[in-house]
Amino acid sequence: MSSSSALPLAFDETRRRGGILTSLLSSDLPRSRALSVILFSIFALLAATPFLFSGSQPVGTAAKICVFIVLVASYDLLLGYSGIVSFAHTMFFGIGGYGIAIALERVSPTWGSVAIGSAAALGLSAVLAIAIGLLSLRVRAIFFSMITLAVATAAAVLASQLSEITGGEDGLSFQLPPALRPAFRVFSEPVFGTMINGRLLAYYLVFAVSLVVFLALLRIVNSPFGRVLQAIRENEFRAEALGYRVVAYRTAASVISALAATIAGALMALWLRYNGPDTTLSFSIMIDILLMVVIGGMGTMYGAVIGAALFVLAQSYLQVLMGAGSAALAGIPLLPNLIHPDRWLLWLGALFIISVYAFPGGIVGRLRQGKP
Amino acid sequence: MSDMAAPSTAPAELPRAKTDWLPLLLVPALGLLALPFVGSPSTWVTLTVAGLAMGMMIFLMASGLTLVFGLMDIINFGHGVFISLGAYATLLVLGPLAGWALEDSIGLNLALLGLCILVAMGVTALAGAVFERVIVRPVYGSHLKQILVTMGGLIVTEQLIHAIWGASPIPIPLPQSLRGAFVFGDIVMERYRVVAVVIGLAVFIGMQLLLNRTRIGLLIRAGVENPEMVEALGYRIRRLFVSVFIAGSALAGLGGVMWAFYRQTLTAGMGMEVMVLVFIVIIIGGLGSVGGCFVGSILVALVANYVGFIEPKLALISNILVMALVLIWRPQGLFPVARR
Repeated sequence: MSSSSALPLAFDETRRRGGILTSLLSSDLPRSRALSVILFSIFALLAATPFLFSGSQPVGTAAKICVFIVLVASYDLLLGYSGIVSFAHTMFFGIGGYGIAIALERVSPTWGSVAIGSAAALGLSAVLAIAIGLLSLRVRAIFFSMITLAVATAAAVLASQLSEITGGEDGLSFQLPPALRPAFRVFSEPVFGTMINGRLLAYYLVFAVSLVVFLALLRIVNSPFGRVLQAIRENEFRAEALGYRVVAYRTAASVISALAATIAGALMALWLRYNGPDTTLSFSIMIDILLMVVIGGMGTMYGAVIGAALFVLAQSYLQVLMGAGSAALAGIPLLPNLIHPDRWLLWLGALFIISVYAFPGGIVGRLRQGKP
Repeated sequence: MSDMAAPSTAPAELPRAKTDWLPLLLVPALGLLALPFVGSPSTWVTLTVAGLAMGMMIFLMASGLTLVFGLMDIINFGHGVFISLGAYATLLVLGPLAGWALEDSIGLNLALLGLCILVAMGVTALAGAVFERVIVRPVYGSHLKQILVTMGGLIVTEQLIHAIWGASPIPIPLPQSLRGAFVFGDIVMERYRVVAVVIGLAVFIGMQLLLNRTRIGLLIRAGVENPEMVEALGYRIRRLFVSVFIAGSALAGLGGVMWAFYRQTLTAGMGMEVMVLVFIVIIIGGLGSVGGCFVGSILVALVANYVGFIEPKLALISNILVMALVLIWRPQGLFPVARR
């Protein structure tokens, strides 16, 4: 963790003359021209996807990117800023999803249920995060990883076993509040060739909430609280000696991160109109999150944006490329198997290992090194 | 346990290390506690033997990991992949010698099992050597990077298993004479579980003898206590560590073979599935302690079996509860060893 994202050089300077953008980004600017361009294009594309592309797949991909940006950014708060490896992040993601799903399916498809479901999910996540944190963070950081892994597995098993509440392996499909249903029309005429319907509103709900939560997380890591977390990450002993209660700070970080993950889970369920073990709880999603954080760049919130966008796009489109490559190499032993479309995780895994060794700052760290 | 008991004057000879009996008593206490809830004694014996067998298999898979951690402060999240690899390595033997499994001869069947174990241990030892060199060695000293990088190693190796053996689950036959069960009155003991208990006990006793009666064992134990001092005395702790890492991987391979025949299906994710239990066990036992790992394995497996019988839905949560209780009682595990 040597390449820390320490204080930006001109922290006070940017804050004094910073405009509205600076304060929105909490004075934590991209600090690299290439990075700014990439981030802005991702933002612009996500904001305009429903008007730029037709069909449901691009919008679905964009919504997934939005949700995963929040999920990965909240995980980065733990991994990158606090130096804690948790494997229970999908558990909180799942709690958010199930909160919405259960409330909308079992109670009624209204905004009231959305509020109740989210509130209950947030409460449960907070309690669980505090319990896990107090039990394991006080012992040794390494226990935390193993204990969270065990707890997350237990949660996944529990969710699939309590089928009368959670729908078991099949999950829950549910109706959204009327304003978010595809049949709902805001205007009778299309705007810029796109019908403004409930589906579009649902997308912009996901987009707006993701943006707000992301900016809030950016604010948190750049607050004095965030600096203490980084201090603990760099040297726990010294931070303790300075009078910061390490356990309290770490627990607080894991609670904040759990809450953000819960919101992401709720958004995911709202978008898919479905929640089940495979969409939010499975261990493979946890691995995806790890890959996104590390490849994008640990300890830089922007890494979450780039990691999530890259990964979700790769998930959708890299396989096509690899399928072509695999077909071209047919006949050679083993080699076609290695670039078989289902083996895309192999290459991302290799990239992940190389990232940890060679670019601890991930893509963002690399881009920032290039230019001041 | 208590410092008060230490004599204040220098003794003529070194005081014998006191054995910490309390955690050892947990296992029989747990068994007795479960008896009234289970009801019939014969069911209780069946459950206990089954639990012991499960515990032995978990112990085989966990022992290497805990030793590696104790010795070099390395936590290997990719350990599970050696379990899968060991399991898949049985295919190398079962492919050409499939006939041996169908033969109803105990000698031939056990020879097949032995051969599977040997080949699997060879394969995983080799894989362990490569894994240590390529994945683990560059990240000594940083737990965070170790967790990340070994997770990466896990992903890549699992995918390689998919690429080599295909992604769909592979059924494997349990050798003919190991199927079925011994029946004594009401008591039913599956044969294969008895074999697992025998092998597990043999490995545990072998490890205890190696650790407590040989020079290498002495060095390993010293290395767990204080690696710098061992190094300062002129021993190459690195070489020692690499061999322990390889041995630990081979043990995981052995556990993988036992686990594979128990499940009778192979999937690349099977190692990672059981890793959850392995982690719980080494946390309960105290990171770095082989004895603790043994007690922890049996404890976890017995609790899972009893609870699974009494209230099936609680089975997986029960492990977490056991872990939480143990950590509240002894935050460093049953037998705290590593003091880093």
